Amino acid sequence: MKLTRRLILAAGAAGLALSSALPATGQEKTAKIGIAIPAATHGWTGGLNFHTERTIKAMEAAFPQLEFVLTTAGDVQTQVNNVEDLIAQQIDALVILPMESDPLTEPVKAAKDRGIFITAVDRGLSEEGVEDLYVGGNNPQYGVVAAEYFKSKFPEGGKIVVMRGIPTAIDNIRIEAFQKTLEGSGIEILDMQYANWNPDKAFEVMQDYLTRFPEIDGVWAGDDDAALGARAAIEQAGREEGMVLLGGSGMNRVIKMIMDGDKLIDANIFYPPTLIAPAIEVTAMRYARQSPIRGRYVLDSPLITKENAEEFYFPDSPY
Amino acid sequence: MIRNFLGRLGPLLALVLLFLAGSLLSPTFLTSENLLNVLTRSSVIGIIAIGATFIITARGLDLSVGAMAALVAGLSILCMNALLPMTGAVGALILGLLLAFAFGGAAGLVNGGLVVWGRIDAFIVTLGTMGIMRSLITWMSDGGSISLDFALRGVGRPLYYGTVLGIPVPVLIFAALAILGEIAMTRLRFGRHITAIGSNAEVARHSAIRVDRMRMATYALQGLCVGLATLIYIPRLGAVTPSTGMLWELEAIAAVIIGGTALSGGYGRVWGTVAGVLILGLVANILNLTSFTSPHLNGAFQGAIIVIAVFLQRRSTSR
Repeated sequence: MKLTRRLILAAGAAGLALSSALPATGQEKTAKIGIAIPAATHGWTGGLNFHTERTIKAMEAAFPQLEFVLTTAGDVQTQVNNVEDLIAQQIDALVILPMESDPLTEPVKAAKDRGIFITAVDRGLSEEGVEDLYVGGNNPQYGVVAAEYFKSKFPEGGKIVVMRGIPTAIDNIRIEAFQKTLEGSGIEILDMQYANWNPDKAFEVMQDYLTRFPEIDGVWAGDDDAALGARAAIEQAGREEGMVLLGGSGMNRVIKMIMDGDKLIDANIFYPPTLIAPAIEVTAMRYARQSPIRGRYVLDSPLITKENAEEFYFPDSPY
Repeated sequence: MIRNFLGRLGPLLALVLLFLAGSLLSPTFLTSENLLNVLTRSSVIGIIAIGATFIITARGLDLSVGAMAALVAGLSILCMNALLPMTGAVGALILGLLLAFAFGGAAGLVNGGLVVWGRIDAFIVTLGTMGIMRSLITWMSDGGSISLDFALRGVGRPLYYGTVLGIPVPVLIFAALAILGEIAMTRLRFGRHITAIGSNAEVARHSAIRVDRMRMATYALQGLCVGLATLIYIPRLGAVTPSTGMLWELEAIAAVIIGGTALSGGYGRVWGTVAGVLILGLVANILNLTSFTSPHLNGAFQGAIIVIAVFLQRRSTSR
C-alpha cells in the first residue's frame, strides 16, 4: 500500500515521464543517510574524505532514492555538533568515524534512541551495543605486521628506532602489539618519540635519532607521512646503506616508491582509508535493497610489498 | 646594575644554561652535525619570528603566519610545477621563489589593510585570515599533499641542504636577515618609528610619524618573511600538507617574547628573538637526544623553559 502511494508520488513528481514504470527513479528520496567523519587535516583523513565522496557519488548514481548528507569536523566538539545537526535533519542512518570514542558515545546514543541506524567506522563507541554495524581496521594487527616485518629483516636481531603517532588510543594499541611481538626476537628498540604522523616533525626526530645513535638498522615511522620526513633526514645524513624504513597506512606516493623498487622503503602496511567505502555501502544496501546486515567487519592490515603493491595503488587519491 | 645587566642578557643566559645541560646529558649534543641540524631547522621559524618581532614591537599581532606559510608554499609549488614545461627547472624555480615573495607580501598587505584601514583588531583579523588560509590549503590539497615535481627537487635541494664554507644555506639566510633586522630595529628610522608607535601611537602620530603607513609596513614585512621562510621550507621535503605550519605562529610569538620583546609593544630586539628561537629549538633537540623522561612530558619541559626564560628577565627589567 505504502509502496504504491510512493510510486504514484514519484510518477507525479516526474510528470508524465516514462520512468514511472521503474520504482523511485524520480526525485523522491526514501532514505537519508548522514555521515560524520573527521575533516581532511592530515594525509590519512584526506584519503578518507576522498574515498567518502567517491563512494557517495557512486551510491547516489546507483540508487537515486538514497540521499546522503556529509559532514566533516576538525575537532571533537564540532563533530558532536554535526551529529546533533544530522539528527535534526531526520536522518535514517548515521555513518560515523568518531574522532574520540568517549565524548561521542552520548550524542550517538541519543541518535540511536530516535531509531537511527548506527554504523561506526574505525573506532567503536565506548558502550557496548550502541552501533548496529561496525567496520574497522585491525590496529593490533598493524603493530604485529610491523614487528613481523622487522623480525624477517633482522632474524639475528638488530637496533631500531620508532616514531609514535598522535597520542591516542589507536597509537597505544599499535605500539603495544608491536612491542609484544618483538619480545625475545633480539631486536632492540633504541627509543620511541612522538612524530604526530607529521613529515616535518618526523624529519626533526629522525635527524636527532641519527646524531644520537651511530648504529640504526631499522626505522618504524608508524605512518607514511612520517616515513617521508624520516627518509629526507636519512638521505641528508647519507645513511641509507643497510637501513630499512617502514611507514604504514598505504599512501599512494609511498606505494609507488615500493613499486619502483625504492632502496629504503620496500614495504608498507595497509590501513585503508578505503574502509569508509564498505561502511557506507553496507549501510546504503539496507535501504536500497533491504539487506538488514548487522555485526562487525574487521578489515585486515596486510603487508604491502612489491608483489602486491599494484592492488593498493590509488594514483588519483590525495593520499 | 648587575641585575639589570643580567636581565637584559636573560635569553643569552638561558641559552648558555641549555648548552651546558645539553652537553652534560648527551655525548652527541655538541657535535657540529647536531648543532648545524638544530640551527638549520630553526631557520624557518626564525625568519618568521624576525618579522613577528617588528609587528609585536609596533603593538600588532599576526596569528596567521603558520597558515600563510602553508598557503604560500602550496601556491608556489603549484606555480612552479605549472611553469616547469615552459621555462625549465631553473627558470621555474626562480620564478616560483619570486612568486613566494609576492604571495607572502600580498597576504601581509591584506592583514595590514584590514587592521590599519579596516580598523579591526589585529587578533581578530589574523585569526580570521588564519582560518581562511588554512582552509584554502586543505581544500587545494584535498587534505593530502601538494608535491614539488621531481625535476625541480634536484634544483631546489641546495636551498635547504646546501652549504657554503660548511655552513648550511638556511643558516646563512637566517643570519643575514637577523643582522639586517637588528640594524633596522636599532639604527634605522624604521625601527625607531615602530618602537614609538608601539609605546604610544597617539604621541607618535603627533610627532609626525606616519603611523598607518608604518604599521602597514610591519605586516607587509611579516608577509615577505613568511615568503622567505617558505623558500627554505619547500625544498626540505618537497611537499606541503594541510598540517604544514601548524602552530608556527605560537612558536614565533613565544620566541619573540622569550627574546625580551614586550608583548604590549614599544620595545623590541631582534637578537633576543634569535636567541628565543634557538632556545625553543635546543629544548626540543635535547629532549629527543635523551630519554630520561617519558616523551609524553616533552610539552611540559618546553612550557616550563619558556616561562622560566621570560621570568629571568622580567624580574629585572621591571625595575
